[in-house]
Amino acid sequence: MKNIFLFIQRYFTFFSFLLLQVFAIILLSSSSKTHQSFLASGANEVTGVINHQYSGLRNYFNLKETNRQLAEENARLRNQLADNFLIVDKSKKIFVDSLIRDSLGRYRKYTYLPAKVIGNTVTLQTNFLFVERGTNQGAKKGMAVYGPEGIVGVVVEVGPNISKVMSLLHRNSKVSAMLKKDNNSGSIEWDGADPSYLTLKNITKSAKVSKGDTVVTSTYSANFPSRLMVGTVAEISSESASNFYTLKIKTATNFFSIQYVYLIENVRYSEQVQLETNPTKNQ
Amino acid sequence: MSTLLKNIIRFILFILFQKFILNEVPPLHQFIIPYIYFLFILWLPFTINRLFLLFIAFVFGLTLDYFTGTPGLHAAPCVLIAYIRPFLLNLLIPQETAEQSYVEPSHTSMGWAPYGVYVGILTFIHHFYLVLIEWLQFGNFFYFIGKVAATSAISLLMIFIAEILFTRNAKFRTNK
Repeated sequence: MKNIFLFIQRYFTFFSFLLLQVFAIILLSSSSKTHQSFLASGANEVTGVINHQYSGLRNYFNLKETNRQLAEENARLRNQLADNFLIVDKSKKIFVDSLIRDSLGRYRKYTYLPAKVIGNTVTLQTNFLFVERGTNQGAKKGMAVYGPEGIVGVVVEVGPNISKVMSLLHRNSKVSAMLKKDNNSGSIEWDGADPSYLTLKNITKSAKVSKGDTVVTSTYSANFPSRLMVGTVAEISSESASNFYTLKIKTATNFFSIQYVYLIENVRYSEQVQLETNPTKNQ
Repeated sequence: MSTLLKNIIRFILFILFQKFILNEVPPLHQFIIPYIYFLFILWLPFTINRLFLLFIAFVFGLTLDYFTGTPGLHAAPCVLIAYIRPFLLNLLIPQETAEQSYVEPSHTSMGWAPYGVYVGILTFIHHFYLVLIEWLQFGNFFYFIGKVAATSAISLLMIFIAEILFTRNAKFRTNK
């Protein structure tokens, strides 16, 4: 008996080591099974408080990721809305096939294709519209875009189902226009200031302009049919150093609320543009 | 600062550092989880009672376990290295000089080479045992070996950096 006590006393450290080891292993195996372990509830109270404080701090660093996830989820949910499924307008065939040449021997020059506006900006310096009609539905680069009230812009890029339209409210937009009254032509541009007003430049001072005069597209334009509504003269400014008026034009189209437009195709557009852009040889 | 107070502060700092910084590091590789917390046990004084040392190591490991939600996982390796520690120290230091004159193990009290062996062996044992009970299924042997080796290497690197960064002034033991 004495020897046993001596033995235990001698190896007491080793036994306590073994005891603690076994205890740790039991804790580990039982916790992974039942999630109900010794001391767990009390300890979790303490660690929970600290973890909560820390996660509050760490949330700030995760905001970007959280935002992205929410945006993705929103996009996924919106994709399931019924509004998204629509039949894309393919009515071009009716216009073109039956009427490319009518019975009197006249050639069709312009075809009109309806399109829904699905994207629009007015506040930038370079504004574009996006319309739901692409190459599959007959849209082409360079087509004129005409709204119910007046001209809107020019198609600059086409995808399979969507086209990008350079709005008149674009700093590089340039459309040939003329006064309806006396056919004096100039070019419509935008100064980037007010989405309701355009600028008509290069109207000769011999023209008799007055406020309220109608401005329409000119007969020289390759993509726009002539005499489409552009706007009305709102302000006339003449610089004495120049031979030209600079007219401020109130747009006929309300760019803020545009919903449907027509894409206008000039059948002879490429022919005309090619002749206009090729330099003249053998002069 | 008394040894007791210093070690209590170390206890808290090592736990917080391990839980909230090292465990949050996005994994560089499936093998690599940097561990440095057990340095607390390695830095305990020479003269500590062996039984008390085991008990401290157990509580220390269990504290980290309750933060990580795995009770026993870190406690077992901590108790193991706490048990081995006195034997290793007896082997590595000349009895009459260092142990009598310095308070706790460090590279100044033991010299770089013995201290390196001391830290290296205990780090390896700790990681070996930790990974062993973590991957008890022992399915993929190369995964196990790779994880032990990579984790030990990255931990040793961090311990080395910690030793250089935080120079503990090796206190002589006084008769107080």
